[in-house]
Amino acid sequence: MSELLRAGAAELAGRIATGEVSAREVTAAHLDQIAGVDDRIKAFLYVDGKRALAAADAVDAKRAAGEELGPLAGVPLAMKDIFTMKGAPTTCGSRILEGWVPPYNSTITDKLLAAGVVVLGKTNMDEFAMGSSTENSGFFTTHNPWDNTKIPGGSGGGSAAALASFEAPLAIGTDTGGSIRQPASVTGTVGVKPTYGATSRYGVVAMASSLDTPGPCARTVLDAALLHQVIAGWDPRDATSINAPVPDVVAAARHADVAGMKIGVVREFGGEGYQPGVEQRFGEALAVLEGLGAEIVEVSCPHFDYALAAYYLIMPSEVSSNLARFDAMRYGLRVGDDGVNSVEEVMNLTRGAGFGAEAKRRIIIGTYALSSGYYDAYYGSAQKVRTLITRDFDAAFANVDVLVSPTTPTTAFTIGERADDPLAMYKADLCTIPSNLAGNCAASIPCGLADGLPVGFQVMAPALADDRLYRLGAALEAELTSRWGGGLLDQLAESPSGAYLNVGGVR
Amino acid sequence: MALTPADVARLGELARVRLTEEELVHLAPQLDVILASVARVAEVAGADVPPTSHALPLTNVFREDVVTESLAADAVLAGAPSVEDGRFRVPRILGEEV
Repeated sequence: MSELLRAGAAELAGRIATGEVSAREVTAAHLDQIAGVDDRIKAFLYVDGKRALAAADAVDAKRAAGEELGPLAGVPLAMKDIFTMKGAPTTCGSRILEGWVPPYNSTITDKLLAAGVVVLGKTNMDEFAMGSSTENSGFFTTHNPWDNTKIPGGSGGGSAAALASFEAPLAIGTDTGGSIRQPASVTGTVGVKPTYGATSRYGVVAMASSLDTPGPCARTVLDAALLHQVIAGWDPRDATSINAPVPDVVAAARHADVAGMKIGVVREFGGEGYQPGVEQRFGEALAVLEGLGAEIVEVSCPHFDYALAAYYLIMPSEVSSNLARFDAMRYGLRVGDDGVNSVEEVMNLTRGAGFGAEAKRRIIIGTYALSSGYYDAYYGSAQKVRTLITRDFDAAFANVDVLVSPTTPTTAFTIGERADDPLAMYKADLCTIPSNLAGNCAASIPCGLADGLPVGFQVMAPALADDRLYRLGAALEAELTSRWGGGLLDQLAESPSGAYLNVGGVR
Repeated sequence: MALTPADVARLGELARVRLTEEELVHLAPQLDVILASVARVAEVAGADVPPTSHALPLTNVFREDVVTESLAADAVLAGAPSVEDGRFRVPRILGEEV
């Protein structure tokens, strides 16, 4: 059974399609793994085994009837609890939405279900996707499978931890400032933030609408590409959806070749504040790519130093507006409705009781930044910095095919370490934020361990050139995997510290 | 620029988030540190730089003006905190003096 857990999505789908294994067996194996280890990992907020098995049975029945199956049919997936799915509670990690069961599916949910992907359940996250550790979840903190005292990253820490603990071979997340890439980096998994607008936001609980980007999470680059292809595409229900063809990311992932590719190393992302082991692994990965025929050059993007500041004005401003919808009237929590209190007072009491500390911090910052008298100095200036960062990218991409950096300055930090220091927490997204502000695409690929914990290699590409992420990612992954004699997570599975996952000794 | 707990309470009321005394005392210095840090955007935001509100150059995106199915009322009301006669029931919306 553990052999089914170690297999990737592409392999599982192939074996299901040939009938070598049934979708039910695959789903049951993953549900058993969740039952066995999630007490320790706490990746899932909600698991619906009955529904998952029924979905798997439907795939098996289709196969038995001779119908053609999609490339991911029957493969289990962990869904970040920010996507709506009919009949399954959606909390977005917040007590204010506890118990809410959405009456509709997100577009991405519809696409996954149509593709025969088996949704196992909903994964934990920082409240409304605000955080880098899942410590801001209104429910509990998820633990890093590599070291249970460490954070799994955030906001999509539940999805990343589910992958790294072999509870699911696929997951989906959303990336507003790094919420897919940073968890991928600290758990040794692959996470991709597609081009803004390439994946639909319809039915995804909004945090900062000009930045939010749903994307795939997996244990291999090819699996991420297969999932990317299923979830991407124009959606008339999302007014900021791009009506353009999705680049052939699967072909790119199968074409692992960087010969002649010009790679720009962002000079501003390194040095002070960067863990030496992270910089070392990053440097080695560059040498690997150079050895594969890529040309490495240094590039300066001077305004990236201002990205974090601009982000922590633009994002909270959008948050303060978006979270106004949680008004205790149409869904979610209502507090203080005693027949005497006015509607304003009920809103005040409900939001005071239902939002956690980080949501409140951001709502207040956003309200302040947008208030008259401060608007120009704060929000207005941040919007100008957004222009300057986009120009930095444009200038860089005129000379190089992709830009690269460490995904995040450090490996996974200890749970509790940054919980009361918001600025230290925000710095986890230092390298990931620029691509959100400019709307281009970026990915995190595992590139080794530093002090026993995973390090991520970030690659950024121009808007709608998502295929370049996969081409480089697959090349780096193939070379490193061959040197290591297996993927990074195979090392966890076979190591004493990963023994509790019960997936060792099968490959 | 030091945000006082009273300033934060006022912002909280504007945003309709009731904060406890304890939260105000905790939040005010934290927000001060964050705002002081993000204020550096002004260093490079020259008058000649146009603002970007959105990464995509899209304006006025409309769909075809056709009738499509909408959610059933009972499905929507099922998630409401309070319902009466097939409608959302809300607390009183008028002030005491009315």
